[in-house]
This record gives sequence, C-alpha cells and structure tokens, in this order.
Amino acid sequence: MLTLTFAAGILLLTSMLVYELWMNSHLSRAKFGWMFFWTRTWDPIFDNFGAAPFIYGTLVTSIVSLVIAVPLGLAAAIFLSELAPRRMSDTISFLIDLLAAVPSVIYGLLGIFIIVPLMRTTVGPLLIGSLGHVPLLGQFFKGPNYGVGFLTAGVVLAIMVVPFIISVSREVLLTVPREQREAALALGATRWEATWKVVVPWARTGILGSVFLALARALGETMAVTMVIGNDPKISASLFAPGYTIAAVIANEFTEATGDLYLSALIELGLVLFLMTFILNGLARLLIVATDRGGGHPS
Amino acid sequence: MRKMLVVLFLLFALAATAGAQSSPLLLNAAGATFPYPIYSKWFDVYHTAHPNIQINYQSIGSGGGIRQLQAGTVDFGASDGPMSDDQLAQSKIKILHFPTVLGAVIPTYNIPGVSGDLNFTQKALAGIYLGTITKWNDPEITKANPGVKLPGEDIVVVHRSDGSGTSYIFTDFLSKASDDWKNKVGKGTSVNWPVGLGGKGNEGVSGLVKQTPSSIGYIELIYAVQNNIPYGKVQNAAGKFVKADLAGVTAAAASMKDMPEDFRVSITNAPGATSYPISSFTWLLIPAQISDAGKRDAIKGFLKWMLVDGQKFNEGLSYAQLPKSVVTKETKAISLIQ
Repeated sequence: MLTLTFAAGILLLTSMLVYELWMNSHLSRAKFGWMFFWTRTWDPIFDNFGAAPFIYGTLVTSIVSLVIAVPLGLAAAIFLSELAPRRMSDTISFLIDLLAAVPSVIYGLLGIFIIVPLMRTTVGPLLIGSLGHVPLLGQFFKGPNYGVGFLTAGVVLAIMVVPFIISVSREVLLTVPREQREAALALGATRWEATWKVVVPWARTGILGSVFLALARALGETMAVTMVIGNDPKISASLFAPGYTIAAVIANEFTEATGDLYLSALIELGLVLFLMTFILNGLARLLIVATDRGGGHPS
Repeated sequence: MRKMLVVLFLLFALAATAGAQSSPLLLNAAGATFPYPIYSKWFDVYHTAHPNIQINYQSIGSGGGIRQLQAGTVDFGASDGPMSDDQLAQSKIKILHFPTVLGAVIPTYNIPGVSGDLNFTQKALAGIYLGTITKWNDPEITKANPGVKLPGEDIVVVHRSDGSGTSYIFTDFLSKASDDWKNKVGKGTSVNWPVGLGGKGNEGVSGLVKQTPSSIGYIELIYAVQNNIPYGKVQNAAGKFVKADLAGVTAAAASMKDMPEDFRVSITNAPGATSYPISSFTWLLIPAQISDAGKRDAIKGFLKWMLVDGQKFNEGLSYAQLPKSVVTKETKAISLIQ
C-alpha cells in the first residue's frame, strides 16, 4: 500500500510538472505554435523566439558525449569485471562512484581551465588539420576554433557521464553467471571471445540501461555545459563552433526575463526538453525490447 | 548520547525563546544582483543601528524582483534597468523608482603584444559588437590609437550569456552610440547578439577574454577593479577618451540636467568632458501605497538613511556615490510614499 502511494506520488508529480509547464507556456504556444520548433532566432528585445538552435545544441552535445563515453566506459567496465583482480576492481569502482558525485560546476571549472585551452592550442588545430580535410566528415571539423563550443561541451559531458556507464555496466557484467563464461571457455573460446561474444551480449540490456542513464544526464546538464559551450544560439555544422543548449539558456536567462512572452518562451523550452527526454527514453525502451527478443544470446 | 540530545534540545529551546522575545519588523525585498554587495552591507549596518528592523534581500535578478513586487510577495524590489512604460502601465500597483548607487561597465581585451590602455571610439565598440569591425587593425580602432601597433587578427567578441544589468547598461550605451544597433539589436538584460561568445557572469566573460588571444569583452567596473583587470578608455559624448573610475561615473550622473520626476533615466553617453559614458543608476522599486503603517515608516526611514549615511559605504565596495543633486531630489520624493 505504501509503495503504491509512492508510485502514485511520482506519477502525480510528473503530471503536475507537465501541467505547470503547459499552462505557463500558453502565451508562447499561442503566438509561435509549431514554428517554435523551427525558428532559429532568439530575440528577447523584439519578442521573437525559436527553439531550433537549442534543440540542436542539446542533441549534438549529448551525441558527442555518448560517442566518447560509451566505448571508454564499456571498455573500463569490462576490464574491471573480467580482467582486474577483485580487490583492485573494488577500489577503482569506489573511486568511480565518487566521481559520479562530484558537483557539475567542478567539471565546468575543469573544462574552463584545462580542456578549453587544450582544445584551442592542441586538440583543435590537430583535428582541423587532419579530419578537416576528409570529405563529408571534414565539415564537422572546420575552424575558427575558440576553444569553447559543441566539441568541448561534449568532452566535458563525456567525462561527467562515463562514471555512470562504468559503474552500472560493471555491476551488470558481474551478475553474468560463471557457468556462461566457463561454458564458452570449455568450448575453446579465447578469453576475449568469451567476454565479447558471451558475457557482454548476456548483459546488454543492463549496459544499454547505463547508456540511457548517461544520456539523460547529458541532456539535462546545465552548469558545466554553459561554462564551456560559448552560449551562442546558432546552428553550425562545425563541432568547434559555439552553441547553446536548452538547459543552459533557461538557467542563464530565467532570472532576468522581464517580459511575459519572454518568460513564457523560456518555460516552453522547458517543456521541449521534457518532451525530448520523454521521446528518447521511449526509444530506449523500444531498443531494449528489440534486443531482448534475441533472448540475451548471441546469434 | 542522551546528554548531548538534552543539551541540543535546550539550545533550540533557548534560541526559540530568544527569537520570540524580540521579533523585529521583517521587510522582504528581492531583485537585482549587481548592487547585492552594497545592499547586503546597508541592510546589515541598518539592522545593527535599528535592531527592530530587519531587511531580508534575495538577489534573484531584476526580472524576478519586478515580478515578485507585482505579485505582492516582497515589500519592495530592486532593478538594474528602469521599468518600461508598458510594464508600469500593466502593473496593478503604482511603483516608484529610487536610484541607490551607480555602476559602470568597461571594455577589457586581450591582444598579444599590446599593453597599455586602448582608446575606443563609440563607433568602434558598436562596430565590433555588430560584427562590422572584425579586425584589430580596422581604421576605426587604429585612428584612435596612434603609436599602438595593432595586429590584423580577427576580433573574438565576448558578451554575457546570462541576463544581467551589466548587459543592459552596455546595450543601452551601444543603442545611443549607433542607430544600427538601436534598430537591429536594441537594449535589454539579454539581447540577440549579432556576433560573439557568451560567458556566464563577469567571471565567465573575463575568463574567456583572458584565455582567448585577440578577444574583447565587457565587465562591471567593480569586478575589474577588485580583480586588477586592465581595461580601455571609452570616448564620451564630449569626444574625450575617459578611463572609468568612480569620480567619472558620479560626474556622468551629475551632468544630467533634466532629471525626470520618476528618476527613470539612462545616464549612458551623458554630456560633460569628465563623464564616463557607460554608467548607470540601479534602482529600488517601492510601492507608492503601503497600507501597513509600520512597514511604510520603516521603508521611508531606511531610504532617508541610505541617501545620507548609506552612501558613505559605497566607495569601500567600489560603487560610485549619488551626486548631491540627485540625493536632494530623492529626499523630497520619499514623501510620495503613502
């Protein structure tokens, strides 16, 4: 009974949140309608608001962070669960759990003082000089390079979400029954084959879960992102260009938003972020269902 | 353990009774962040001198301050920009503006190989922020800086990303300096910046400028003074290049000959050879009708104190003092609160 009450409470809280966002954004919804999603201007003075650059920035930084964090996190988790001695694995996991608890402003400072200069002086020129000349891919690595931008924000986000991926994936990998490994080894599989073809597929639902946990954090992160993304509401193909995310613009402009329509547009942005999270989580569920159909066994 | 709990309980009980014995009149206020350091100093000193009045100030931002005042959740508000005619017309209660202190905004830059103060014409600052002047060796910049060798690098423009009174003052100045700016961008706590990177807060902007070669940004004078950040001179309405300091800011306020009755005035680009052009008042927003007599007297008392004794604390915290003429005029205006 108690648990039912709490579960209902969560449902109530979510619906109230959506209700509040929906009601308080009515000015903006009435004025801009669906165009809100496509408009690329954000002009508080002439009251013209569009969410496109913010949606784009939120998606791009989250994707960049996952592209970096998933391979790293998964590799680290496999090492910790399969290869490392138990005591070492436990110690490192403890430290990784600590990393997950560091406040985001600290990661933002790390970004400003270490990653931004590194990106401007070393990594950026290197990437522009090499990948910038590759056809198609090159357009994502074009200058000018200020040190702040989509890529830097993605890297900082990757550092922030990697502990989640490692921690959850390791736990899941540890729950894979010993018999599975032993059976694979007994059939003549190498250690790598046993891990990659038996253990990881067995745990893939849990690993995917960790990735979506990471994605949720990346989508909603505010402080660390706003410190390193450049805060410029523009849509640019280049990852070195400055951009903006939904969470960052709300945090930046909410306190000083004087006009009613301005405030309403900011609240509608909150609604859009909620929708994005909702849709992506739905997709995640579908993906998990789809992969589960394989029965957790490699085909 | 039990002993400790008993002691703790007694302490709480003591604190509770102590609080009950002398419950001071509590005034709630909210608004601008820019004057927060001086406001918290004032409210603290005032409470020490008048233990029966306590003012609780939340620096939630000018927009929030105006909304909370209109919603009646606070007794008075504070804002870095004066309320617009529209806002006043829509407001259910009549609101009076009282200037409290003055602030200024300065251009700071990082150009490798260039030391010393650069001179910025009004056209140069507007052009840089509009994106029409893109190189440091643009004639508009070089002609004001004879003898300085400026590089042909692209200018990296930095502005505030968070809504702020600092941006309001700066864009108000640019609107007066350039018609293009006024028509295309306008003035406000956040605007649609034509070019540039956004840094969060004064620290974000100065950090980006410090780290990025060939960049320019704008920050509050106080922040620059307290952190020893070098900054340039700006051309004022009289054509002189002025380096911002507290005296120049007060001079700008004093030079406004036709101060309107409601004090809603912009003092950017003020006349006078010594006036610093990017200066502004910050205001307390007080309801014209306060039904609670105790609160009304407390607010009036504080305003009187702020205009005379309070101003003495300004320079210690790097805020410019109100000019005498404004103090006299405001003292008279206090009687409008009923």
